[in-house]
Amino acid sequence: MAGLTHPADLKYTKSDEWVRVEGDQAVIGITDYAQDQLGDIVYIELPWDPQTLTSEEKFGDIESVKATSELLSPLSCEVIKANDALKENPELINDSPYEDGWMLVVKIAKPAELDGLLSAADYEAYLQGR
Amino acid sequence: MTTHDATDATGTSLKRTPLYEVHRQLGARLVEFGGWEMPVQYSGILDEHHAVRTRAGLFDVSHMGEFNVSGAGALDFLQRLVPNNVSRLAINQALYTQLCKPDGGVVDDLLIYRLAESNYLLVVNAGNIAKDFAWVQSHSAGFEVQLVNQSAETALLALQGPAAQAILQPLTQVDLDTIAYYHCAPGVVSHAACVISRTGYTGEDGFEMYCPADKVVDLWHDLLAAGKEHGLIPAGLGARDTLRLEAALCLYDHELTEQTNPLEAGLAWTVKLAKGDFIGHDALVNIKAEGLKRKLVGIELVERGVARGGYAIYDGEQQIGVLTSGAPSPTLNKNIGLGYVETAQATPGKSVSIDIRGRRIAAQIVALPFYKRSK
Repeated sequence: MAGLTHPADLKYTKSDEWVRVEGDQAVIGITDYAQDQLGDIVYIELPWDPQTLTSEEKFGDIESVKATSELLSPLSCEVIKANDALKENPELINDSPYEDGWMLVVKIAKPAELDGLLSAADYEAYLQGR
Repeated sequence: MTTHDATDATGTSLKRTPLYEVHRQLGARLVEFGGWEMPVQYSGILDEHHAVRTRAGLFDVSHMGEFNVSGAGALDFLQRLVPNNVSRLAINQALYTQLCKPDGGVVDDLLIYRLAESNYLLVVNAGNIAKDFAWVQSHSAGFEVQLVNQSAETALLALQGPAAQAILQPLTQVDLDTIAYYHCAPGVVSHAACVISRTGYTGEDGFEMYCPADKVVDLWHDLLAAGKEHGLIPAGLGARDTLRLEAALCLYDHELTEQTNPLEAGLAWTVKLAKGDFIGHDALVNIKAEGLKRKLVGIELVERGVARGGYAIYDGEQQIGVLTSGAPSPTLNKNIGLGYVETAQATPGKSVSIDIRGRRIAAQIVALPFYKRSK
């Protein structure tokens, strides 16, 4: 994991998504570890139109040169918008997983679910054992 | 995020090449491939792919298997064993062929080198070494041959790309201009006694060097050092796969299996039905006479998406075939795949669609290969 960062102000899932809580909304993406594992990302399918997701529901597909992965929602939520820039420039996820490479802005449906997410320290401990 | 990746580790004990620690030190991502723990990438698949197309890449392919076949009956035995015509090989020449079952299905695809008058080297896929050696042995009765599985003590490096000859030449006394495509020469490279072969699996010019396993670490370092000024970088199996896909070279377990035959795989040029009997001869004669049921074709996506092996190919609402491989093509900047479709539908230019996780994505059948280097 040398050189990979997992900011302390975010929450994480064991399926390698991150969540940044902003009031009653949240921003969702995949972690530095995840983008590094995937390698060169070439395509992403996201919910471009608003829709409702439940926790751990698939919300998209991400394609690297080598493999296809499913994206799982960390929270029950309503999708407000998806990051249109990723349509043409999916490599933003490799270059900037926590900023330019964000995927969704959502309205949090069940705030109590946030307690079930991992802290950065817990997520890194989990990665060590993987 | 959950990843569907054919190369995920299986948990069984994996074999390693002599360069395993070197790969780790280079920061390679290691994955399972055919029972081996191999580097899938170092700096990144796209970077390595472009390096091979424009400069050069160095691959550790020591996981490949090598069998030596020698003795007075070696030629007769190999003529019986494979569909291609081994009798046309001059000393220091190679050919591409298959091991076929009596029904024409492919046990493996391989290279055969003629190293001396009655001395041949067979190079087989890593995942098939045990199966192939048992197959070769089981058909050797009655032939005056010695069979030796040299896979463990033989390492193999592939130096591929337009700069390959310029990088390699200062390291050997052998005049590389004298080694034509699909030919080889014995020679010392740096300090390692090698068979230097002008072959590869990338669609570029390049060389493959067979050497003793205990020499390969030094050879790897010496080649990388010599290639530095030419932009040589180490390249992994990820780039090897996208490179061979663009060149439309078959990969065993994808385009070739025991349920496919070399004729439908577009390998009729390697099947010499007139040379005399060989294992699978009668079946292949019949398959040819009856006409192929399906053919391997190239697929190019017209809409956005990534094609992968296993996805169904449709003509309207009717499934006409299935992809055997698929990936983004870094050279062409398109999404491409190989797959089998019904012969009547196997026409370049035909519009089809690919079922990508329940969505139909427009695609078309295209002529192969996707990429051919300019001479």
